[in-house]
Amino acid sequence: MDRSDQTTFEVSNLRVVRNGNEILKSISFQAAPGELIGLLGPSGSGKSTLMRSLLGVQAITGGSARIMESAAGSPTLRGRLGYMAQSSAVYLDLTVEENIRYFAGVLVEPPSEVARVMDVVALTTFSRRLVSSLSGGEQARVSLGVALLGSPPVLILDEPTVGLDPILRRDLWRTFEGLAKMGVTVIVSSHVMDEAARCTRLLLLRDGTLLFDGTPASLLAASKATNYDDAFERLIEGE
Amino acid sequence: MSLRRTLLTSRRILEQLGHDPRTLALLLFVPTALVGLLAWSLTNDPGAFDLVGPKLLGVFPLIVMFLVTSVITLRERTVGTLERLFTLPLTKADFVAGYAIAFGALAFVQSVLVSALSYTWYGLAHQGVPWRISLVALCAGLLGTAFGLALSAVAHTEFQAVQFMPAFILPQLLLCGLVIPVRQLPSVLRAVADVLPMTAAVHAISPLQTNAYYVGQFAIMLTYILVALAVGGATLRRVTK
Repeated sequence: MDRSDQTTFEVSNLRVVRNGNEILKSISFQAAPGELIGLLGPSGSGKSTLMRSLLGVQAITGGSARIMESAAGSPTLRGRLGYMAQSSAVYLDLTVEENIRYFAGVLVEPPSEVARVMDVVALTTFSRRLVSSLSGGEQARVSLGVALLGSPPVLILDEPTVGLDPILRRDLWRTFEGLAKMGVTVIVSSHVMDEAARCTRLLLLRDGTLLFDGTPASLLAASKATNYDDAFERLIEGE
Repeated sequence: MSLRRTLLTSRRILEQLGHDPRTLALLLFVPTALVGLLAWSLTNDPGAFDLVGPKLLGVFPLIVMFLVTSVITLRERTVGTLERLFTLPLTKADFVAGYAIAFGALAFVQSVLVSALSYTWYGLAHQGVPWRISLVALCAGLLGTAFGLALSAVAHTEFQAVQFMPAFILPQLLLCGLVIPVRQLPSVLRAVADVLPMTAAVHAISPLQTNAYYVGQFAIMLTYILVALAVGGATLRRVTK
């Protein structure tokens, strides 16, 4: 589907100050439907805060963040942004199916959507297991499943592949790529630089500032590096 | 506000407790056992259980529901499920009412269980009406839930939430008439005790009062429930600063 004339994110001079600390300093970028954006940077660089600002659960100090033509946090966006936080944000004392069924109910999705999502995140065989009895990676997939409910046009995923085995990571990235190809705007944060190659676009964040905004290829070209770890290091050193 | 989302939330909370049979058993049977213990201990003092026993039916649900609600709500805040819910079309009213209905239902079951055993096995001969006692127990359970929701905003850890119990519940327990009759308290304390929710629960159980008196006590409880639920709702923040 062609929605390339629209913008999904329109962030300009976004600034967030929390408890007197400037977490984000004047961030600006735009994104269109179908982009698979990698938000990379060391821990503490402001990735989660940027994502939470887009979601509208983090108060903005200055500038603006608009998502699909609405201000971040506007009630019309509720349920249209799939979100996966760093904490699993699911009920540990419920089964996988009970969790997904509850969130599907809040979104007024039919029971078939519960089955579909469990299949996408490969948790159908775990459906009756308590989430607390699952491994960290499996819990992360429950959380991702909830984020995918209702096929939202925007996915905001905070380190979704942390602690997953390589095969599962590859499968998840294929899922993200597939969703992006269908026109979903996907923004994925990671501190693993080699995941950068999978993205159509990279945002490099350090100390609340965007160091780089462009394609993976242009990052390597600009820094004359052969891998993403080196590229990031050179960018920081050349500041 | 959506009835559907509210009831789904209640169901989800009951499902959570359903997976924790130990908590559920403690919730339902500890008050029952304690009232039984009291009845047994007063065997040699005829009439004493009839006087004290029913009052406990107004006290236990408040304490038990307060503890469970404050811990389970605090968990929603710390695990991140509350933040996730706030990115979805669920209102604060849906959330708060979902909790009130789930724990109200539990408080009701608890009260029916305790009063049924009291009137049969424990040999309670109280001049009050059983349905009023159950209604008081239900209100007491809702009071505990409402206060638990409100206070979970102040507590940062589950440990702190549990510590609020002695700070918040014990003063009410001392003043509600269970230890010393309210009319024997110093005038300042008496004035305070008369408007405390737990005192209202104990008063509403006492027999042989006028209807207007009972309505007044229920009105006090209902006001506290609504105010505490509103405060509980107001402390839920969609946006962190």
